[in-house]
Amino acid sequence: MRRVDTPGTGGYFPRPQTARLKANDEGIAMDSYLTPYLPILVLLLLAGVMCVAITFFATVLGPRRITNIKEAAFECGSPTTGDPHARHSVKFFLVALLFIVFDVESVFIYPWGALLRDLNGDGLGWFAYFEMMSFMATLAIGLVYVWRKGALEWT
Amino acid sequence: MQAFLDSLIRGWGHDPQTWVWTQLIYVAFMGLFSFAVINFAAVTAGIFSWAERRVAGRMQSRVGPNRAGPGGFYQWIADAVKLLTKEDLVPTEADQFLFRIAPYFMMVGFACVFVALPFSHRLVIAEMNVGVFYIIAVTALIVVGIIMSGWSSNSKWSLFGAIRSAAQIISYEIPAGMALMIPVLLSGTLSTQGIIRAQGPWPWEWYIFHDPASFAAFFIYFISALAEGNRTPFDLPEAESELVSGYNTEYSGMRFSYFFLVEWGNMWVMSALATTMFLGGWQVPFLPVTDAADKIAMLSGGWTVLAELASIAIFTFKTLFFVFIVMWLRWTLPRIRVDQMMNMCWKYLVPVSFAAVLFVAGWMLVIHAVPALDWIMRIVLTAGGAITLVMFWLRTLQNIKDTGDKFDFTSNW
Repeated sequence: MRRVDTPGTGGYFPRPQTARLKANDEGIAMDSYLTPYLPILVLLLLAGVMCVAITFFATVLGPRRITNIKEAAFECGSPTTGDPHARHSVKFFLVALLFIVFDVESVFIYPWGALLRDLNGDGLGWFAYFEMMSFMATLAIGLVYVWRKGALEWT
Repeated sequence: MQAFLDSLIRGWGHDPQTWVWTQLIYVAFMGLFSFAVINFAAVTAGIFSWAERRVAGRMQSRVGPNRAGPGGFYQWIADAVKLLTKEDLVPTEADQFLFRIAPYFMMVGFACVFVALPFSHRLVIAEMNVGVFYIIAVTALIVVGIIMSGWSSNSKWSLFGAIRSAAQIISYEIPAGMALMIPVLLSGTLSTQGIIRAQGPWPWEWYIFHDPASFAAFFIYFISALAEGNRTPFDLPEAESELVSGYNTEYSGMRFSYFFLVEWGNMWVMSALATTMFLGGWQVPFLPVTDAADKIAMLSGGWTVLAELASIAIFTFKTLFFVFIVMWLRWTLPRIRVDQMMNMCWKYLVPVSFAAVLFVAGWMLVIHAVPALDWIMRIVLTAGGAITLVMFWLRTLQNIKDTGDKFDFTSNW
């Protein structure tokens, strides 16, 4: 029976066999565990290169007739006044803080989520469930606190 | 694929086990597939830009672009050529370097998502064991691009739009992440292909109809994905009446088009992810693929190819259906206010998504003890879904009959 759940099998870029690496004395001791992530690097580089190339192509093709008006920042036709990087409402800062708190917590929940099925098979299901319940209760208390404090009111 | 590449190398008269360049061939093919995928993303985004205008025209009882080619289909190519030959302006006040590279961040973040997105039973660039996690992480690059473009433009509209957009995207990332957690819980894997293999070809085997909480999670994910993609009703960062055009106000030419490429391409990404996580992905009826048994691989010769094509067709059909729904929503719903958007996220979606995760985890433990409940719940929910769809369909037919609506395909639409 072929189990296709392991990384690197079933996709188009299978992990190279370690035997092959030893055979060809290349000295690139590629960690076979990391091989499924290699396409990310290739795509990252290729996407960057393509973006730059297309933009370069566009600059070659497009006209260059710069005027002061064109180069000014848009402010509904009137001359720009004041500093664009002026102070912003603190509400956005609060949102960023809340995001950090809740997103980091959800990162902690993910490993538990991926493992619950296996834990259930081992008879540890309810234990894992109540462990996570206590963790989420802490989070819920946090949410209630933030809500009561009025941090979620936008106006 | 490895067999194919190895046979190719053998055809050149080398043994892939010992040949020095084997790794290089693999990397070259990775490059080739990456190139194909980036082009796929760009072309789908272009076609969606045409499709959306046609759909919008139809929904608003007007024509839409219909001059270039059949049904105006070549419009998107004409637009691309036009954008390529436009002047690339950089405001003097702007931070030149950040202003220039911000669109690249958006494009690269968007293209990277496609590494883990499946297209069919075999067709996925990299089957990672952390696929879902990777997708959530990589989409965050788009926020970086938005903030960079807004800050570097040195224009008030851009900065307002960027900050609003960032606040919106990061807020909705929490319910989206929690909703995507439910398929992960149910399948016990983070791999996108693994999650599809854990589902089946029939609706009652999909995770959307698994239990009430996963049904809710699907809608939570869909709403959050709309908000993350800045789609109506969450297109506040681009609110023309308030912010001119938001974070891309100062951009022109090709750099401007990257922002819109990402926006339209995102429709494919979010629909494909919804299909993968909740709707059984590419599973072909009568040929279920699970971790234990791969019915498609068991077929022989031409039937394998046929099954593969069927799985591509099924995945594409499901995805395009959701792309259409996204367009439909855009031309149906008005834009909501900032405070409504934030309330919706923090006061409704976040608590409900956390509760849904706990419910599903508990439900998994219950059905582990009483497996019959699982099937009863799935069948009840699927029946409910089917009845809703039939009612909707009958209602639509009635409306078409009442209004005498007709669609004329003969006159270039």
